[in-house]
Amino acid sequence: MARRLAGFLVLLLVVSICEAAFLFQPISDSHRSAALELFTPDHGSFKSLEETYEALRTFQILGIEKKPDLTATACRSISETVGSSSSTAKDLFYALKANSIAECKIDKKASKGIISRLNASVSGASSLLDFYYSVGGLVLIKDQSSEADVHLADAEGVFRSVKAFSQSDGRWRYSSNNPESSAFAAGIALETLAGIVSLASSEIDQSLISTLKNDIIKLFDSIEKYDDGALYFDDKLVDGHEYQGPLSTTSSVLRGLTAFAAVTAENLNLPGDKMLGLAKFFLGICVPGDAKDFFNQIDSLACLESNRVSIPLILSFPSTVLSLTRKDSLKVGVSTVLGSEVPSLTVKLVGAFSSGSKDASLVESQELNFDKASGLYILNGLPKSIDVGSYTFVFEVVLHEPEHEEVYFMGSQTKVPISVTGLIKVENSEIAVLDSDLGSIESQKKLDLAGKNAISLSANHLQKLRLSFQLTTPHGRSFKPHQAFLKLRHESKVEHIFVVGNSGKQFEIVLNFLGLVEKFFYLSGKYDMELTIGDAAMENSLLVAIGHIELDLPEAPEKAPRPPPQPVDPYSRYGPKAEITHIFRAPEKRPPQELSLAFLGLTILPLLGFLIGLLRLGVNLKNFPTKPVPATFAVLFHVGIGAVLLLYVFFWVKLDLFQTLKLLGFLGVFLVFVGHRILSHLAAASAKLKSA
Amino acid sequence: MGRTSSTKEDAGALFHSLRSAYAATPVNLKIIDLYVGFAIFTALIQVVYMAMVGSFPFNSFLSGVLSCVGTAVLAVCLRIQVNKENKEFKDLPPERAFADFVPCNLVLHLVIMNFLG
Repeated sequence: MARRLAGFLVLLLVVSICEAAFLFQPISDSHRSAALELFTPDHGSFKSLEETYEALRTFQILGIEKKPDLTATACRSISETVGSSSSTAKDLFYALKANSIAECKIDKKASKGIISRLNASVSGASSLLDFYYSVGGLVLIKDQSSEADVHLADAEGVFRSVKAFSQSDGRWRYSSNNPESSAFAAGIALETLAGIVSLASSEIDQSLISTLKNDIIKLFDSIEKYDDGALYFDDKLVDGHEYQGPLSTTSSVLRGLTAFAAVTAENLNLPGDKMLGLAKFFLGICVPGDAKDFFNQIDSLACLESNRVSIPLILSFPSTVLSLTRKDSLKVGVSTVLGSEVPSLTVKLVGAFSSGSKDASLVESQELNFDKASGLYILNGLPKSIDVGSYTFVFEVVLHEPEHEEVYFMGSQTKVPISVTGLIKVENSEIAVLDSDLGSIESQKKLDLAGKNAISLSANHLQKLRLSFQLTTPHGRSFKPHQAFLKLRHESKVEHIFVVGNSGKQFEIVLNFLGLVEKFFYLSGKYDMELTIGDAAMENSLLVAIGHIELDLPEAPEKAPRPPPQPVDPYSRYGPKAEITHIFRAPEKRPPQELSLAFLGLTILPLLGFLIGLLRLGVNLKNFPTKPVPATFAVLFHVGIGAVLLLYVFFWVKLDLFQTLKLLGFLGVFLVFVGHRILSHLAAASAKLKSA
Repeated sequence: MGRTSSTKEDAGALFHSLRSAYAATPVNLKIIDLYVGFAIFTALIQVVYMAMVGSFPFNSFLSGVLSCVGTAVLAVCLRIQVNKENKEFKDLPPERAFADFVPCNLVLHLVIMNFLG
């Protein structure tokens, strides 16, 4: 996990370095480290032979040492695929491709078996991919096992069948059923046809090979262009499943093109700037983040590095920012796309133009000196006409040997943006308070903008403040920086910023306080002054506090605008607040205990009254049943009622509602039963009495 | 003069006739009347107490007063049903009315005890 993170950071860093649009760096060590990060096998082996081949080929091109365990696992899967009788032509193709790098031994019997299977596949092929895998496999096995006799039956017939899939616009179809054509398929077809030619060149009619040239030229008519000069192929996105993307498509076309150029003696008549454009496309990607994209990029660059059409050469710049102070020299490197050496040549600086100006070149055409130690071309000392600022330098490369011009291609002129920085002299800086009408100087002080200042001035609203200084470039010319600001900040943190204008070298600003009174919100008091001078080309950009000025402004009228509210100190707004003490509800005033007890006694009184009244009425228990059974029930009835009342007392004191209800349920049932018995007995007794 | 005295006499006569009529009521009805009077009196004492000390645990006050009033109401219902002169409830045996009275009271007092707090 940590390694992946480190690798990701490496990629990010490299991508950020590679941002320059017009500068194409050849492959470097950053690619090598990225390759090691991207092509990490899962548990020692890759998911498929295709991925194994891609990893091995990438390591081979970049010059990364083969890891023995990787080779061993690759060999295992290759021999497994080669030995198995159920492997398809695609599996055999990728196994042999991986083997061309891993160089594992395939025994004679196995290779014979492969050859016969591939031949069968060729004769039975119906789609472009079938032809591609079988023919490609035969080419590979021919290279790998010197003894095997590889013979392609009916080479011309196979050639014609593949050619039959071509379209008039140079693209190819995948099969006769599928009407969709693509440039990606064209690349595959060219590779297949190159393979057929290499297997049986004597059998094929030369005119057929010549017609392919026209197909290639038509294909290149559909090439697309970016603004920085990169050229690429892209197919229309019709069916998402088949769509490959510009990188895969361009890389496939390039592979097909270079394979075909390698087998034919004819000149393809492809202009070199097309190859340079393709090189710019692949180099402009910098370091891809995906293993497949990485392989496509590196494989295509390897095709560009050594091909029979033309080899593009790239100008590279270690640094495009030169400092006049450090007396930097302009250094240029020329190499192939993979960073290899080139034959002897001369690099000329043809012109230098100030950015955004169409004036004539600031320098004469001159040659750069070649430094053998670093392998770079160096311009010793920038001409005096190049001052600080940003320029476009135009370079031309001329090869020494005329025959190399057939092989290599260098664009006609290369335009490169170069920035020159230096120390800007800030001189004659002074600040003064002037009387408005007369223009006479009330107080004037000299400033040292390079060091510390603590100027103290005072002015009222009838006066003016003048600040002036001069800016000079190292070569003595006038300089207009991007930023030249004077900031006045009041004690209450209200700020005002003014731009310092210039005429030539002299920079001056005059603040007429009479006109600025309203802008300053009528705030009198101490204002801090700060001067900012900054530019990308200025190595000594500065931000200095000049000092302060006491301003005396008139009182604000009623309708004057208030100054904008200043941002509140975040800690005071979001910081901890005052502690709150909770005020609990004061308990209710209770009556004195004696009063409550007195009334308790008073409440008992009516009960006593009731009992006495009952006695006076002559209440008796004559109707109480005497026979034992009803008597028991009667007693139980009264006991039951008493129990319920007791339960209520317990409910109030201790129990909760659910327990009470539960017990009440039992008692209630009992009471109902008992009550019913006694009351029905009593009712029967009184009915008997009435009837009797 | 005769008018006022006649009013007084009338009031006295009315009071006496009421008293004698009341004496004729059966004893069980008198018991019930006594019970009702006891209940109302208890309620009155509670109201006076609340008037004196304030209604702080209002639920307790309510439950106390309503228990008295509720049981008085139930007793009045019992009296209506038991009274033999009441033609409506001629066929209802008084034991049955009492059997209604008891559980109603018990339920009322359960609710009251819960509300007492």
